[in-house]
Formats: sequence, structure tokens, C-alpha cells
Amino acid sequence: MPSALPIADPAPADGALPASVAEGSAERDLGVYLHVPFCRVRCGYCDFNTYTASEIRGVRQSDYAAQAAAEVAFARGVLADAGVAERPVSTVFFGGGTPTLLPTSDLVLMLDAVRDAWGLAPGAEVTTEANPDSVTEGGLAELAAAGFTRVSFGMQSAVPHVLRTLERTHDPARIPLVVEWARAAGLQVSLDLIYGTPGESLDDWRRSLELALAQHPDHLSAYALIIEPGTKLARQISRGEVAQPDDELQADQYELADDLLSAAGYRWYEVSNWATDDAHRSCHNLAYWTGQDWWGVGPGAHSHVGGVRWWNVKHPAAYAERIAAGLSPAAGRETLDAETRRVEDVLLRTRIVDGLPIEVLDASGRSAVAGLIADGLVEGPKAIVGRIVLTRRGRLLADAVVRRLLD
Amino acid sequence: MSPRALKPLPPAATDPARIRNFCIIAHIDHGKSTLADRMLQITGVVAERDMRAQYLDRMDIERERGITIKSQAVRMPWEVDGQTFALNMIDTPGHVDFTYEVSRSLAACEGAILLVDAAQGIEAQTLANLYLALENDLEIIPVLNKIDLPAADPEKYARELAQLIGGDPDDVLRVSGKTGMGVEALLDRVVERIPAPVGVADAPARAMIFDSVYDSYRGVVTYVRMVDGQLSPRERIQMMSTKATHEILEIGVSSPEPAPSKGLGVGEVGYLITGVKDVRQSKVGDTVTSQAKPAAEPLPGYTDPLPMVFSGIYPIDGADYPELREALDKLKLSDAALQYEPETSVALGFGFRCGFLGLLHLEIVTERLRREFDLDLITTAPSVPYQVTTDDGKTVTVTNPSEYPTGTKIAEVLEPIVNASILAPKEYVGAIMELCQQRRGTMKSMDYLGEDRVELKYTLPLGEIVFDFFDQLKSKTQGYASLDYEPAGEAPGELVKVDILLQGETVDAFSAIVHKDKAYAYGTMMATRLRELIPRQQFEVPIQAAIGARIIARENIRAMRKDVLAKCYGGDITRKRKLLEKQKEGKKRMKMVGRVEVPQEAFIAALSGDVEKAKDKK
Repeated sequence: MPSALPIADPAPADGALPASVAEGSAERDLGVYLHVPFCRVRCGYCDFNTYTASEIRGVRQSDYAAQAAAEVAFARGVLADAGVAERPVSTVFFGGGTPTLLPTSDLVLMLDAVRDAWGLAPGAEVTTEANPDSVTEGGLAELAAAGFTRVSFGMQSAVPHVLRTLERTHDPARIPLVVEWARAAGLQVSLDLIYGTPGESLDDWRRSLELALAQHPDHLSAYALIIEPGTKLARQISRGEVAQPDDELQADQYELADDLLSAAGYRWYEVSNWATDDAHRSCHNLAYWTGQDWWGVGPGAHSHVGGVRWWNVKHPAAYAERIAAGLSPAAGRETLDAETRRVEDVLLRTRIVDGLPIEVLDASGRSAVAGLIADGLVEGPKAIVGRIVLTRRGRLLADAVVRRLLD
Repeated sequence: MSPRALKPLPPAATDPARIRNFCIIAHIDHGKSTLADRMLQITGVVAERDMRAQYLDRMDIERERGITIKSQAVRMPWEVDGQTFALNMIDTPGHVDFTYEVSRSLAACEGAILLVDAAQGIEAQTLANLYLALENDLEIIPVLNKIDLPAADPEKYARELAQLIGGDPDDVLRVSGKTGMGVEALLDRVVERIPAPVGVADAPARAMIFDSVYDSYRGVVTYVRMVDGQLSPRERIQMMSTKATHEILEIGVSSPEPAPSKGLGVGEVGYLITGVKDVRQSKVGDTVTSQAKPAAEPLPGYTDPLPMVFSGIYPIDGADYPELREALDKLKLSDAALQYEPETSVALGFGFRCGFLGLLHLEIVTERLRREFDLDLITTAPSVPYQVTTDDGKTVTVTNPSEYPTGTKIAEVLEPIVNASILAPKEYVGAIMELCQQRRGTMKSMDYLGEDRVELKYTLPLGEIVFDFFDQLKSKTQGYASLDYEPAGEAPGELVKVDILLQGETVDAFSAIVHKDKAYAYGTMMATRLRELIPRQQFEVPIQAAIGARIIARENIRAMRKDVLAKCYGGDITRKRKLLEKQKEGKKRMKMVGRVEVPQEAFIAALSGDVEKAKDKK
């Protein structure tokens, strides 16, 4: 998640949600995101809310799992008070930061807190992000035994000079090993890749894709590098030390990824995500894109329940203080009106392969569809049966398509 | 030296023999306003404590740019040999755009101070105004100013002036407006040399309007020079060109603040206030007479000012259109030469086609719109009026390329021609000749003016002058050349209209009427500029330059390939939605040409040629 928090309404100290969030909650899934705001080192491109010190303003990393567990218990109370339907959790996602920097027992403790609060639905998806550097064979096995079902490795690239520019410290040769351990433990495997790093050629990118595919992961994400303001990489670019990413090359790289992944039997299901089949899509991420309920635990984590979005204070120390005082860690929130929810629906669902139901569009949005088909950005046959689904060119221009649909 | 007059002569009761009416002819920067300041001080009409620099220049723009746009008259008392005189100094606009106004100011005088910078010598505009003064039979008093400057070369320029107007170099007065040196002697010379005005005291009143200024508190203030008869407060007057009648609410002289008087008599210069709110009702050059006892004949020389340069003015934010209209309506109150009518452009939306006396006039008006009315504007490239005759014998006046007849053969196009005079040090003659040749000029004469300066006379199409000619002239002569021009009728030209098309749609703001030999260069220049300025779209955009149906240049904007945020997870959603809202706001500043979204900045940059700056923004 991006580090800058939006400007919005203040959140109440007790975290109370309006009764409106309960409406239709029985039909929605409930997910939990657990943020682990720690890394061993900060990568040059990263603007996520993460910290590298083991102790920050008197708050120790080792205390963190207990704090997160406390927020889970707090969350249970808030949802119950708001009259939200009691549902077992469908998806849990540990992200960061580097969740695997914490002892496995801490991760298990947090998952247990979720289980205690709401229970896990049968077949629930439980994922952790992992740095290839910070996992062990035993640790992965422990996670699987505790109920984790999926691991997403931050592979980023197979090419040393690209990893160096990104300031990733892992050795690409470790990828086959950690994937093998995860498989042996019975975990589904996803690999995250980044393309468009300054200095990365189309051939460099091909090497990374080929190494990733050779591991036969169940799922792949490929993200164009975004230069976030305030990162080291942004400063290097503004000083002219590093070249600006090139949109043309990134477009070529996206198309190469789509070609190679399709040829290997993967199917895109979101602009930056591919899976071997429907069963291996990331259900947790799909929940973000289809307007389900989720509670984000931890500093800077975002939540969404029934049309209310909020986000927690960013700093781990501020977060710890709130939790210790039994207060909501939320820093701000926004309550979405019907039109804003519709706009979000358009901008999120247009990005996924299942597409946007045409009835979500208003009259002018509908009148834009024919032009989008003519420009080769939207699948004609799908539109005829009532869904806006992007073509490959459309995926590369998804933001432009969304603007036209909302104009 | 003469003393200050202790008892000024009262208006309406002054013997014309004691009146001297004069103006100062000078180039911008040659120190006219500073000299005027000294005269105000020395004659005592402005007390030391009230003095401020460039006292007579009222508007901010004038003071900042050192340009006097509106003239004004000041009555100053001065004593020579124990006799008191009334000196009326009539301030004239110094710029070529305002030739007509200058000529009316000159017509109000019997003499002129020819003021020349002792370090620079005479400039083309001064020369032009000197011609006008001589044509009006004015007595010329040559004066070199800024003699206190280290770079001053009074000997050299005295010889130059003497050669120009005849006479002895020793007769050329030397002053410093800054220090006041020589100013008293100059006032004595004015009394001595300039003839007193002559008129018939008991004839029907005739007064020539030489300026008309809008004042937001008092309405229009009309400056007049009485020729015959007398005008008094409460009298009903008639404007002889329009026959409109008004009552004089106030009449007086400026000295330099307005001072009401019992009237104005023969030869006097002063102001009238009638309560009218619009300077068009009080036109420069018109004759004021008495309604009760009207004159049979107006004074000669009145003409309606004709705009020579046209440009479209558009608000950047379309919502500002009503404000732009109001602003123009207000400016019109004080600027009778400004003309405008509503115009619609596909590319720029709603705006006005405006007519100006010249480029400076255009610049001043747009500057005032921006500054005084806080409007963000786009102006289209200036154009001139063409007379276009089609094969079927119809003739239309084209002041805007969009009015150029299409779908029919053109038999003839007449374009306005000017007589231009360029003054420069002799080493720049080659560069000037080259420029004039490129601009389709024909040389009429070349004369040495003094030892090392040359006056080149050319006839040039006005359309070539309005297109950055002056900037080019300045840059090719390191700023030394000066330019003056006056209309010299029309001449047939081999002109064509070049259109610029974006994805097949004509962008009207970029159409231009150019000489056929320059059509390709114009087309290529605009197509290249636009390719650099217009952001990529979701489709390929051809940019074409065309004469009628014939394409003469082509560029392509390649389609954009990537416009997508790679990641959109929980925390990104709010941010992404806000970004979308911002983009939607941004789109309001986009103009649609067909399906192509063009940022305002691109239009402005393409029109101004400022490609680099706009690219940075992109």
C-alpha cells in the first residue's frame, strides 16, 4: 500500500461504524489484511509503510504480533456492534514490509487471532508475502501446518543488475529452492515480478519471465515499476543518475509477459495478474476489486466495510499507543456515496477479466462503449453480452478506458 | 533666465498673443516624460513635495513600459521680459500605432520640441512624427536631451538634427531632463519661437478634440483645442461628425490637475466634461461647436480610426467568456480604436475577433485585459485585412483566415501594404535588406542621416510586419534599428490559405493566410510544433498542413501505448479514485478537436512558438 494517506474525515476514537455498513453484508465476503511494517532494508523503489529498525520509539518488533492480535479482537467488536453479519473469514493476507522477517510463531499467533475472532471459512485462502531471503524450509512447513495455504515470493527479477537497481538483496539462484520448499510444504506459490526498472532491457525481462515460468508457479503478478515520489529511486532519477522508465519499453515488456505467460498456459484475470486457472487466482485481491468487506490490521493498513473506507495511523509507535489504550487505530475515513461507489466499481471491475457489468455504466458511459470497441480497447463480443472486458491493448490503456467510461 | 510667473493668466480671458501651444516629439526612452516633469516643477505648477516621476503618465502600464498612450495637455505659466505667458504642453503618444492620434495632437499645436537623446540620435518613429509636424507647419525647436550622460555626443547629433531640419547646429538646445539643466532656456525659446495661435474670437465656436479619456468617476474627459469663438460652462454643444448634443457640465484647464474655469477662448487648450460615458461619443479629430450658434464647417482632418491588425482573443477557461465581454466593453469606453465582435473557434471555443491600430495596440489591450481584469487569455496569430475576389466576381474582406472563401476559385487577393522607414547604424544595412527581402519588401530609398546612420525606406506587406518582423529586426541589429510604418494602400499578392488539420479536422486557430512561397514552411513549422506539443492519444493522430484539398506537409503523433496504474490494491483505491477526479478536472482544460484532446498549453505554445516551455509541462 502507498505510504501517503488520503485526506478525508476524522475517524471516531471507538472505531464505530454507521449502521449502513451492515446492509447486504451477509452477501459479501469478509477478508483480513495483516500488515507487517518491518523490513531488513528498505528497497530504493519502495514507498510502502515499512521500517527497518528493530526498535522504534520504544516499540519492539517482538511486541507487534500481540498488538495486531489485539486489533483483530477490537475489529470483531466493532463489526458486531455495527450489526454486520457474522461470517467466517474467506481470505487472510499477510503483507508488508516483510512478514517473514517476524518469527513464524508471530505469524501463527496473528492468524490464530483471526480464527478466534471469526473462524476461517472452509477452503479459506491464507497467504503471506515472503522475501526469498528470509524464509527457511522449516518455517514454510510450520506456516502450512498452522493453516497458511499460499505464499507469494517477491522475486522481482532474475537479473542481478536489475535487482541491484531495485536494491533487492536476494540471490536469484535462491528462487528455485524456496519455491521447492513451499511446494513440499503443500503451499500454493505465487511469484511477484517487476518490469520497467531503469536499465532493464526487453531481454533482461525475458530472462526473468523464463526463470519464473521454469518454477511452474500457480500464480504470477507482473507490475510495471512505478516511481513513487519521495523514494530513493525518484531522487536518483531527478538527479539524472538513473534513467526514467520508458512507457514504450514497459508496453513492450507487458506484451512480452502476456505472450510468454499465455503460451505457458496462464490466463490473465487482472491487469497485472495471471493464474494457471480460476482456482489459483488470488481470492483476497479479487475481494478488493469486487467491493467485498475487509479489515486491514496494522500501521497504515486500509479497510473497507460496506462503503466505508478507513486507514490506520502510519507509525508503529502511534499505532501501539492506540492499541494499548483500547482505541481505534484509524487515522481517517471516508463514507462513499452511491455515485462514488459506482465510480470505484467502474475503475476496479474494468481491470478484471470477469469484466464490468454494463448496467453499472450511466448513459454517457454506455455511449462510449462502441468507440472503445472500435479503438480495439474493449472486447466486442463480451460487450454485446453485457460485460466490459479489456483487450490486451485495453489493459495497457486501462486508465484511459476508465476515464472514457466515466466521462 | 526667466523667472517663474507669479500670476498665471486666467483661462477664457487670455489674449491669444500670450498663448503658446506646443508638443514634444520624442522616441520612447528619449526622456520626454522626465523633461515634462522638470517643466512642471520649474514653472511651479507642481509643488516639489507633490512631484513624482513621470507625473503625466497615468496608467501603470504606461509608467512601467515608458510608453505614453494617452495624451494630455498641461497649462503652465511662464514669464519672459516681464510678460506672463500661458504655455500649453500637449503630450502626444510616441508610437507608430497611434499615428492618427499623434496627428490630431500636432494639429492642436503651433510648435513642437523635437527631443532627441544625445547619446542615440533620432529614431524612425521620431522621424515619422517630425514629418507629421512639418506637414502641420509646426515650428520645430530641436533639443538634445540627456547631455549629462557620459555617452552623450551632442556635437554629432546636433549636426545630424541641423542637417535634417535645416539650420545651424549651434541652434540646437542642450538640456538634461534629469538635472533640469537648460530647461528654462528651452521654455524661453518656446515663447520666442513658437507662433501664437490665431482664431476668430466672435465666430461660432470651433474646438478640435485631440484626446478623449474615460475616467471611471467623471465619465469621458474630452481634451480640446479652441480654434474660433468661446465655450462656457452649462452651454449645449454639438459634435459635428455625429450631430450628438451634450451639455458642458465642466470646462477647464489641466495644470496639471483639472481646474474648472469660466470657459475657453481662442487658442486655448483645455478639457470638457459632459457626462457621456463612452469615448465613442467624443471622437478624436471631431469638431465641437455650440448648439445654439453652430459653425458651418467642421475643422479639417477628421477620420475614423481603421484597425489594421486583427487577432482572436479567447478566454482559457470558457466560463470566463462573459467576463471577457464585459472587460472589452469597459476598455472600449476609453479606447475608441478598439473593435471587437464575437467569434467562435472549434479549437478555442467562444471569444472575440478584435481589431487594433497595430501590434503595440494589440499588446497593450491584451496586457490590460490580463492585468486589470485578471483574465487568462489565448490570442491567435495577428492577421491583416485582405480583399479576396472570387472567380464569380464577389469580393470579401477577410480579417480572419476562417472567412477566406472556400469551394470557389480565387481571382485575386489584395493585401495591405505599408511604407516603412527603418533607421539603423550603417553596419546593419545588409542584415536589414536581407530581412526586408525575405519579407517581400521593395526598397524605395536609402539615405545617410548624419555620419553613420542610414534611413532605409521600403514598401512591405503589412502581413509580413505583423508576423514577428520587429523582433527579427531588433535581433538582427542588436536592438539598434528603429521602425516606423504607415499604410500605403493595397496590392495584389500571391496569397494562399494554409489549414492545419488534426486527424482530418481543421484547427481553425492555426489557419493562416501566407504567401504561396511560404506556405510549405508555415505548414511544416506548425505540424512539427504540434507533434511535439500534443500528448499522445489512444490512437494515432495525423497532423497535416493543407492548401484547400492539397496536403503540403504531414506529421504523425504515435498512439499512446501505456496508461494504466500497475497496482491497485486496498490502499490504492482511494488514491486512484482521487487521481481520476483530478484527471477529470484536467480534462476540462482540454479542448477537443474532433476526438483529439489538446491541452490549452499546447494551443498557446503553438500560437506563440514557445514549444520548449510547454513541453516541460507535458
